[in-house]
Parts: sequence; C-alpha cells; structure tokens
Amino acid sequence: MARHRHDPHELLQVLREVQESCGWIAPEAIDCIVARLNLPRTKVLGVATFYSFLHINPCGRYRVLFSDNITDRMLGSPALLERLCRSLWIERGKVSEDGLVSVDTTSCTGLCDQGPALLVNGRPVTRLTGRRVDEIAELIRESVPLEAWPAEYFRVDDNIQRRDALLGADYRPGEAIAAALARGPAALVEEMKASRLRGRGGAGFPAGLKWQACRDAPGRTHYLVCNADEGEPGNFKDRVLLACAADAVVEGMTLGALATGAWRGFLYLRGEYRFLLGHLEAVLERRRAARLLGESILGREGFDFDVAIHVGAGAYVCGEESALIESLEGKRGTPRSRPPYPVTEGYLGEPTVVNNVETFAASCLVALKGGAWYAGLGTAQSSGTKVLCVSGDCARPGIYEYPFGTSLREVLADSGAARTQAVQVSGPSGACVPAAEFDRRIAFEDLPTAGAVMVFDQGRDMFEVARNFVHFFRHESCGFCTPCRVGTSLLTNMMDKLANGLGSPYDFAEIGKMNLLLQSMSHCGLGHSACNPVLTTIDKFPGAFQSRLAHEDFEPAFDLDRALASARQMTGRDDRAAHVWPQSTEAP
Amino acid sequence: MSARPKLRVATTSLAGCFGCHMSLLDIDERLFALLERVEFDRSPITDVKEVGNCDVGLIEGGLCNAENVEVLREFRRRCKVLVAVGACAINGGLPAQRNPLSLPLLLQEVYRSEPGARFGRIPDDPELPLPLNKVHPLHEVVRIDHFIPGCPPSADAIWKVLTGLLAGEERPLDHGLIHLD
Amino acid sequence: MSATATFTLDGRAIAFNEGQTILQAAVAAGAYIPHLCFHPDFKPHGSCKVCTVRVNGRHAASCTTRAAPGAVVESDTPAINDERRALVQMLFVEGNHFCPSCEKSGNCKLQATACDLGMVSPHFDHFYPDRPVDASHPELLLDFNRCILCSLCVRASRDVDRKNAFALSGRGIRTRLIVNSRTGRLADSDVTAADKAVHVCPVGVILAKRRGFEVPLGQRVFDLKPISAMADPSAALERAAARGRGPGPRGGGT
Repeated sequence: MARHRHDPHELLQVLREVQESCGWIAPEAIDCIVARLNLPRTKVLGVATFYSFLHINPCGRYRVLFSDNITDRMLGSPALLERLCRSLWIERGKVSEDGLVSVDTTSCTGLCDQGPALLVNGRPVTRLTGRRVDEIAELIRESVPLEAWPAEYFRVDDNIQRRDALLGADYRPGEAIAAALARGPAALVEEMKASRLRGRGGAGFPAGLKWQACRDAPGRTHYLVCNADEGEPGNFKDRVLLACAADAVVEGMTLGALATGAWRGFLYLRGEYRFLLGHLEAVLERRRAARLLGESILGREGFDFDVAIHVGAGAYVCGEESALIESLEGKRGTPRSRPPYPVTEGYLGEPTVVNNVETFAASCLVALKGGAWYAGLGTAQSSGTKVLCVSGDCARPGIYEYPFGTSLREVLADSGAARTQAVQVSGPSGACVPAAEFDRRIAFEDLPTAGAVMVFDQGRDMFEVARNFVHFFRHESCGFCTPCRVGTSLLTNMMDKLANGLGSPYDFAEIGKMNLLLQSMSHCGLGHSACNPVLTTIDKFPGAFQSRLAHEDFEPAFDLDRALASARQMTGRDDRAAHVWPQSTEAP
Repeated sequence: MSARPKLRVATTSLAGCFGCHMSLLDIDERLFALLERVEFDRSPITDVKEVGNCDVGLIEGGLCNAENVEVLREFRRRCKVLVAVGACAINGGLPAQRNPLSLPLLLQEVYRSEPGARFGRIPDDPELPLPLNKVHPLHEVVRIDHFIPGCPPSADAIWKVLTGLLAGEERPLDHGLIHLD
Repeated sequence: MSATATFTLDGRAIAFNEGQTILQAAVAAGAYIPHLCFHPDFKPHGSCKVCTVRVNGRHAASCTTRAAPGAVVESDTPAINDERRALVQMLFVEGNHFCPSCEKSGNCKLQATACDLGMVSPHFDHFYPDRPVDASHPELLLDFNRCILCSLCVRASRDVDRKNAFALSGRGIRTRLIVNSRTGRLADSDVTAADKAVHVCPVGVILAKRRGFEVPLGQRVFDLKPISAMADPSAALERAAARGRGPGPRGGGT
C-alpha cells in the first residue's frame, strides 16, 4: 500500500494485488485497507464485490474460469467444463471441500481465435481439448504450481492474418513524437482533425475533435486514458495490438498528451489481459530510458508525460468511458450521467481524453504521414483502416486489417468461411448480418464495428447465439439503474423459457416489450444495447424464434411437476395426485 | 330488466383466507342487483364443487400446492375471463412469505423439529395435496385477464370491476380503489 | 440569476434557475413528476429511472437532466406512464414487497407511485430473493426485502451524517445494501435513530422499532391524497413524521 502512496484512488489496484497474492480478500485484509487507505469499510466492500475477479470469500487455490463466449461454446467449452468438474468431483460454481479448486464460467476472455479458453488464477490457457482438460485436472489434483505447468498451455498467439497501414507500418519508437514536436501541438490537433480518424472502440467519435475539446477545456490539469478494457465478446484486437505494437499505442498516447497538455496518462488494461502487464511495463520502462516518456520528452523542456497501467478486475461495463474513469478512481464501475462528458469533467473532475488502443496506435500514422494522407485511406466517412478480429466458423480465425469500406464477403473469403449463415459484427451490442447482406461494408456509415466479426455457419442456431449474448448482458449489468438491472435478468429468464420449450406468442410479445423498455429507459449503452442481439435475431432470423414458441397459450416458466419433486421426496409419495400432469394428456 | 342471458360466474379460493370472498359479500345490497345479471357456478356461495363453463372466474389466493394448480387450470379451461382477486392471487401474499426458504427445510422444521411433535413425521396421506417448492401468484402459471389488488380489495373495487365486466368495458380503478395492502 | 428562463412540462411553463434539473425545477414549481430515488435535499443521481420524461422527443431522466430554456418536456402521457409502470413492476418482482405486513404501507413512495400509475399486478415473474432481516439494532429495523437500491440512505449518511453507514455492494441483479460494520450488522455500526439516513428511505427498509401501524388506515399520507397530487411527496412525508403521523421516529428527518 505504500507503493500506492496510501491513495484511496488506488483502491481497486490494492484489492487486485491482495486478490493475486492471497487468492481472496480476507476480512483481515479489508481491516488493513480500511485503516491504511482511510476508507469506510462499506466503500471497500462495495468495490470488492463489484468486480468479478475479486472475492471476499475463499474461492479455491486454483480458480478455473471457462470463457463463456458463444465462440468458445461453439468450440465445445460447455462439455469441457463438465469434464473438468467431473474429474475433479466438484460442482460448477462451488469451491471443493478441501479448498483446492473452483470451476465456473467468465465472460469472453478475448481468445476467440484460439479457444476454447479458460483462465486459471487469471492466466489464460488456450486451445483446450479433452486431453488438455484431463491433464489440467491432474495438475490441480497434484497441486502443481502454475509456474510448473507446461508453458505451451499459456501460449497466446497474435494470429495476424492480414496487415495494412497500421500493422504493416515500419518506424522507430519516437519517430512520430519527433514529427509531432516539429509541427507543434496545435498543428498536431489540426492534422488529427484533417485525418478524420474516428474512435476505434466502436462509437466512432472523431478523435481530433475530442483532443481539441480537451485541449480547450479549462482545468488544473488534463488527463489521458487509453481504453484497453476490451470486454465486448468477440473482440481481441487490442490484446494483439498491445502484444505486438505496444510502442505505437504508448507513442499515440504521448501524442495525445502533447496535443491536450495532459501530464499523466493511464492505460486501463482489462483484467483478462493481466498476462500482458509484465510486457507492457517493460515497454514503458524502455521508453522512459529512451526519453520517450517522463520529463522533457525527446529533450523538449516542459513536455512531461508518463503512463501508469491500471488493471481491471472483470467488469465489461468499465469499457464505457465514464465507468472506466470511476474505476480508475478506485470506485465501482458505474457509468456517470452525461453530460458533462469526460473531455470537460473526467478523471478527478479534470478534462480527460479517453481513446481506444487502436485509435492511439493509428494517431502515430497521422503524426508521421499527415492528416491528408491518412484521410486518403478508407472511405469518405470512415478514413483509415480497421483491425478486425475474426472468429467462429472459419478456417483461419485471427486478426485481419483492412481499409474501411471492405465488404464482409471479402473478409469471409479471406478467413476461409464457408456455408456462412450470419455474422455478428462488433459483438453482442452490434449487428447480426445475414448472408443476403454480406456485400455490406465495414465502415461507420454501414457496419460500424469495434472489430469483432463472429462467423456462424448454417449449422448454428441463431436463437442460441442471441441467448448467449443476453446472458452476457445480465452478467455484466452494473446494477445501477432499474431497467438494466432487472430488465436484463427478466429478458434472460424469458429467453431461457423459450429455450426450455415453454414459450408461446405471449412470451414473444413480452420480449419485444422488454427490448423497447431497455432501449428507452436505461442509463447507459449497456442497457440500450442489451436487446440488440434479440432485436436483430427477431428481425433477420424470425424462424429461429418462431420455432421456439412451442405452445399456443401461456405456459409457466417453470415445470410444475418438477416443482413438486422435493415434496414427493420428503413424503415418499409417487401417487397420481403427487404429480401435475400435462394438460393435453389425461392422467393415467 | 333486459332479456340478456345471465353471465355465469364461478369463484374459488386457492391459497387464500376467504377474506376476498368476504369483501365480495360486502357489496351488500348491490348483491341483489348483481344477481339479476349473474348466476353463480362453482363457488363457496353455491357450494357447487365442479366448475362448469363460465363467463367469469374470480380467484382469490395463490398457488401453494398441487390441488391449487389443478383447480386454477380447470378454471382457466372453463372461464372465458379470469380475474385474480387480492394480494395472494396477485403476488403470492402471506403464503409466499415462505418462498426465500427451501421447502425441505420448512417441512423438516415444522413436522420433525417442533418440541411438541417429537415423533412427528411429514404427512404423506395421498388425500393431502403436495406443496409446491414455492408459492406462485396466478399470473405466473396461467393467463390472467384482470387483477383486483388489495388485502382484501374493497367491495367497491370488486363491484367496479364486476360491473365493468358486465358492461363489457374496462373500468380502471382510481385512487382509493387500488390499494396494495 | 433570476428565474426567468422557462421550459414547458406537458404544456405548462416551468421557470427554473441556472443549474437546476428538470425535476428540481418541477418540484419547486409544484408540478409532479413521478420519482423514487430523488429527494430534493440530495444531489440527484438518476438510478430508478421512474422520473424519465421525453425532452424534445428524447427519453431522459428528469432528475439529472439540466433544464434548458424552451425545452419541451412530456411527462404525463400514457406511453411514458406505461414505461414507468413497468419499471415499478420490476422493482416489485425484484424484492419481496408484501404490503399488507409492511409498517410503511400508506406512507411508501413505491406503493403510492404504483397505485397512482394504475399498477394492479406485478406482471412479471417474481425473483423471491432471500434477504434476511437485520433486527440487531435496539432502535431500528432493517428489512432488506423491500430495498429498491435508490441509495438515498447511502447519500444521506455520506453527505449529511458523515458516517458512510450504508453502501451498495455486489453487481447487477445481485446488488445489495450493506452496513458499515465489521459484522455487517446495524447494531455494530454507528447509526442512530437521529440520523438523516434513517429518515429518507422511500420504502420500508429502515424503520423505527415498536412504532408500526400507528396511523389508522385511511389517514396515512397517501390515503389522503394520491402521490400525484403532491409535487414534493418527500416533504409531505417529513411533515407527517414531524407530527408523529408518519413512518419515522417523531420529529425526525427534517
């Protein structure tokens, strides 16, 4: 805690480190944090219970979390999870009696191109097979420390299948900063505006305008944040950019600092990418040594900027920029009411730029080659290139960089997708595109995307795809506002009811109403998009829903006869009246 | 009086206390006017045991056991319009206060652990309806057309909804007539 | 700055001061917009969403949306009230709201808002969560079954009592109210019956012990008038409490 300067804003980082070193956050640890950080216990508990990877109860010396994205599921993860539970003699979600191990699921781990994947004590294991799962069970039973597990388990590949302007760029660290310094900060902002570079996190706000607004905003100081909380299922391009182009990302942040006058930057790394922390710290250290970070960058007096890495702890909602800032401040990741926007009131109430990993990396190209050059790439409304993450039913999943305007058909052909039924573009909150629309283009004016291209062939059940996404949103709802907190649970229950064969047209209408309510009443984008997968599936694949409406009239969401099972067991009865019989058939 | 055929109305209490039926009787002398327009089918008022084809079914009480389910489903089959009457029918009410607890634990506690029932056992007579895991309000098990909230609803609220049904129109309950306690 | 700027609320001109939100201005002008997590004494935070209105055609929580000159605000429309009713129904199925046994009945904003919006059933399937009651405190009872996570007690304890006695923990549908003590019990916290936090609960979570059902049916705050007939129901409840006719300890909460 001394390392964190007893700063209450560091609460999340302190909790994460306690979790990492102790395996859980014990009451004594909380006592200590309460005293040292001078925080109320309620606040510490409020934060510790908000993030999925923090535990205030013991959760096993080995904590195994299977990635539960639809792409992992398609690769067989549910059966592998069952297999691991069976061989360890444990029930999913419960800690083994000896406190050795727990097995559960987690939201997409961003390893869709090399799944099925899991996290064990936060470290990713890729390319799971039945055999690998059996070996893992054995290693756990033998209490083999993770350091002694085969290194091959933890291998994470970049899988770059196609490079374009960004991934193909060749320049030395510092070159873009030098070019920007030669131009001057105001001119850099002008180049950024001229480049028409738009935010790569999905929303597409013009980066130059954001930098300008922050530069112009009054404040005691300015901050800069790189959003590497890549939680949208199906996305993994930030993981790859941070692994193979971290210099470009940090260099872009430094450009942003020059443009906005920020002296301090944060890289908010999603907890699932904790394994990249050592690599990233090394990059930062190397850049400090090369005077590309720190005081008087490249010898320019007064150009001071440094970057601190904050590691998240399992909360998708923190990808929303105001929730991310709350989390940086050591709080629960609840999105703020906007306006005010972060560019005027962000971190600690000061003007703050929040940009995506890819946006910062792309800004280096603008500084090096000029805004006009960059604006010449892509389409008129979507300049530049886009890094796509292709996963699902295709021969060559991985990273594909294309100029904006590339058709989905071309992406599918390059990745070796065949008999494709549909593509989920950008993730669950994006769009589901059926085969008839594969000529649509990756561009803000057509198919905007954070990067994800999840491919589903004709054998896939699009209802199950939507259901997986709805479960995801329920799990990730922050709980702040009523419509999203309760609505995502109700929507999940309705989808499960259909999946259980208990659906009727009544339920279909209810799902439609719930979708509208989530869209109009929710506090933030998570609630607004929670219904997207359902709405687009209903729209594009009505058959996938209609086939689930097994009944003409309303049926209960639970099995009435099964609701008597424990009473039957307690009384030992199994007579005719001890059952509820289906309405269509007469009781025997 | 018009020559229109009378509406057939059935009523029953599931996991309820008959308080809602008392409230129905509380419409007092308006009962006479009502009887000009309706005839009662299965109801504690008539002591008819089997429900026939009806226009309106009034049900108080939630579902706490297998028999409640059978009766409710029979009402749904027989009645064109089904009305959930009172707190228990609408949200489970007092019986649903057991819902956060597990049923086996409850049966154990009630029949095996009570000091007065040292040799007690959980009743297993086939005559007794088996309890459901949880108590459910009616709308979670069948389609319900109208709701009259309250514990019990006032006679005026019941009268207003009933006369609305007779007139074939929806008559919303306003301040004082909608109450949830 | 003088209150010269106005917006219209369902066609009625509402004057506002710079910095006021739509709901704050409406309350000050005596106009009712349904709300649960808002209280005029506290900074609005916009979580219940019951106060959602349409501002120039777009949905927005009126408690956190700044009033703007000339804005056209729609509130009392069938479509918006349908959406509000659905939110209130969500709150009813999320917790365990059994009005007949609740001491707050008749003085409860959730109940009064539900009745006023014509809620005759909870519509959705119930969650029936397990939320044990905390009866440890000698003066106060905490019945979490009724909590709607409005955070008013959290804000009151933090901003007025300076105790941080309450907070929200967990995430999503598992969000819960917690108490600031090592055991988690109210008795082991520094909360007293005189705290502001104890008096702002819009529902029946924080209650004074041995004070239930003092006011006869028919004379409770929302028996006398529907909640929509009072622009500031919080003030009405506090006046009733001061007269010993309301939910809180006598004279408290003002």
